[in-house]
Amino acid sequence: MLARVAESIYWMSRYVERAENVARFVEVNLNLMLDLPAGAAQQWEPLVATTGDLDVFTERYGASTQQSVIQFLTFDDENPNSIRSCLRAARENARSVREIISSEMWEQLNKFYLSVNDAAGNTGSQTDHQELFTSVRMSGHLFTGVTDATMTHNEGWQFCRLGRLLERADKTSRILDVKYFLLLPTSYDVGTTSDDIQWAAVLRSASAFEMYRKAHGRIAPERIVEFLLLEKDFPRAIQYSLSHAREAMHAISGTPAGIYRYPVERMLGEICSELAYARVESIIAAGLHEYLDGLQTKVNQIGTGVAEAFFAARGLPPSRRKPRGRAAPASSTP
Amino acid sequence: MRFEQYQTGPFFDEMFEPDGTPRPAARALAHFISTMSEGELLHRQQSAERALLNMGITFNVYGDTSGTERIFPFDLVPRILAASEWAWIEQGLRQRIRALNLFIDDIYHDQKIIKDGVIPAEVVKTASSFRKQCVGLNPPGGVWCHVTGTDLVRNSDGQIYVLEDNLRCPSGVSYVLKNRVVMKRTFPQVFESSRIRPVDDYPGRLRDTLEAMSPQGVESPRVVVLTPGVHNSAYFEHSFLAQQMGVELVEGRDLVVSDGFVWMRTTKGFERVDVIYRRIDDDFLDPKCFRADSALGVPGLMDVYKSGRVAIANAPGTGVADDKVVYVYVPQMIRYYLNEEAIIPNVPTYLCARDEDRTYVLAHLPELVVKAANESGGYGMLVGPASTADEQAEFARRIEANPRNYIAQPTLSLSRVPTIIDGTFKGRHVDLRPYILYGRDIFVQPGGLTRVALREGSLVVNSSQGGGSKDTWVLADDLPGGATTPEPAPSSGRGSTQRQR
Repeated sequence: MLARVAESIYWMSRYVERAENVARFVEVNLNLMLDLPAGAAQQWEPLVATTGDLDVFTERYGASTQQSVIQFLTFDDENPNSIRSCLRAARENARSVREIISSEMWEQLNKFYLSVNDAAGNTGSQTDHQELFTSVRMSGHLFTGVTDATMTHNEGWQFCRLGRLLERADKTSRILDVKYFLLLPTSYDVGTTSDDIQWAAVLRSASAFEMYRKAHGRIAPERIVEFLLLEKDFPRAIQYSLSHAREAMHAISGTPAGIYRYPVERMLGEICSELAYARVESIIAAGLHEYLDGLQTKVNQIGTGVAEAFFAARGLPPSRRKPRGRAAPASSTP
Repeated sequence: MRFEQYQTGPFFDEMFEPDGTPRPAARALAHFISTMSEGELLHRQQSAERALLNMGITFNVYGDTSGTERIFPFDLVPRILAASEWAWIEQGLRQRIRALNLFIDDIYHDQKIIKDGVIPAEVVKTASSFRKQCVGLNPPGGVWCHVTGTDLVRNSDGQIYVLEDNLRCPSGVSYVLKNRVVMKRTFPQVFESSRIRPVDDYPGRLRDTLEAMSPQGVESPRVVVLTPGVHNSAYFEHSFLAQQMGVELVEGRDLVVSDGFVWMRTTKGFERVDVIYRRIDDDFLDPKCFRADSALGVPGLMDVYKSGRVAIANAPGTGVADDKVVYVYVPQMIRYYLNEEAIIPNVPTYLCARDEDRTYVLAHLPELVVKAANESGGYGMLVGPASTADEQAEFARRIEANPRNYIAQPTLSLSRVPTIIDGTFKGRHVDLRPYILYGRDIFVQPGGLTRVALREGSLVVNSSQGGGSKDTWVLADDLPGGATTPEPAPSSGRGSTQRQR
């Protein structure tokens, strides 16, 4: 498959997943703020901090209020990671590989983008926001479903999957981080009802509340961190995302499982092993935020590694390479 | 909707005789529409438009930065061609393509046609689409123009003329295929009863044509479609054709020349490319050979092409044959190379480079159509009767400044087809672009793209200028009982030669 095409498919899928997760991300904070004890100040800055865009945000908006943060993360054209910008980028990528993906995928993504673009015109109430985030989430699921059901599970599809899962691993770690950020200054009420409610909101943002209940019953912060970080069967958990990303990568490269040919295969294998044997108690003892930060850096390095291994077939002239097993035609000018 | 109120006016109507009875080839359709309940056709028109919208059948308009995509308007009432008339058109197109191909080959070799005094050396030398880099090239099988779209028009006397030849990268065939899909869904009953010739095998034929050009010794050639990218006005078509042929769609940056071959960059390294169906102009093909500032092309491509290790369709340099001054000489070419008379005549044309013609043109601008010799898409054009005095003055100035670059033709009264406008049938002017493939032999797709000028009275059918499209039906056989096809005026009829001005 063409390197450029693979790259476009990979980014199309990453951007859709990113848009979906930004919606989850804002949703968790909206819910947390609603459940704050009376009199507590609204906290929106941590949200921007966890996305890594705080400098850009402060320069453009100054103070962080609910209004400005939602505008920045949802509709802002100049923020390349806003939901709207992500969907625009996803659609542009899809347009350039329209002959490779299914027309159902293209149509779904096209509608998805147009609906968010329309919503950008209405400066709506909080209810509108909630509805929009729900619909972004559903559209994201729909796109993933349409992709799985209408595209041949070939190399292109594996790139779709790889992009989606790497993005998801990164974003789930950030959703987890939001709560951690908020908790620190109010650690006195750890274990209170309000704390339980907040953790439940985090789980809901990752569509994990019900599945967590089935697995663990009681709301217990350690178990929740374990569930979102180390659960190997829950599809939004980091461990699940990365081990399935690894599967996709090996399907693309053809390298047998358990060994590596590209540096990026080694990096990804390493993280998967680490997560497979990690204990949540020691992660929390050493600092969850620091751990998540390190994980995000590694996922970024894997992203760079993917580009080097699969998209960067540039400037390497195939000299002394035999042309597809047949004799070169006579070189005389006809 | 009914045809009772429909007026053919002083024009040739493709569907109705002047007395309002349907032409034989259109009887089945006219009957079917008359049996539809009120509002049903409109309803079907709306669902056809929605289908095209959802499929994303769009084009981009240059100079329009707001929204880059637009739907190409589509009208449900088709243009219908009788079998016998189509047979005549097909024969004329085959003849024309053979002659044009021989001309291009001659021009880049011995230029016998110039030496024998049939075409002035000046005409070729001053054609901006002549590529000196192509002199001496030998494309596989001696074929230069693999894909051609020839624009035909019918005048009010019923005569069909060739308006222009497009031998570079003619676009529009994807609309022919998509329109047909929509029409089959809309009028299945008429398709059952009318024996309409299918068009769907075009992508397969195109792939065969391209594979037939592959370099010697290559058994299963890798064919690619080369596009300038998503921002090109015909990007949808490039992507559609690649998808329908089952080949890769590549951009210049996906290709690299090394070791005397062309390669494409894949996720598994480099793979060799044997045949390139390029949808970018000569100028941008290879910055080492043509325009150095081109970022769309592949450096070194022309060297590989010259050595015969990659085939390119259409061959670089073919544009010389669709220069509008060269066009004037096509009937002479046909006589010179084939020893035949042109079957389909040219539109009478004035060459502004000729003093006598120029004087006439400048004095008659309000009634003529003036065209720049090397433009297409309806750009660089003056339609006299629809122009203002200022526009005429502007064209007079341009003509005087660069006479070689302009030709003029009488304003033809293009034939019309009933078209749904605001819920009723109105006559609108049309042209026809059939597509011709030239590989091991010549294939003419039955029908082609019928473009329609949607604005009342307008003669400009280009999509960039408010045009739409219609499906084109070629009947497999003439219907029993009906006259085959309207005969044009006998004296100037088919087979006769266009008078040289």
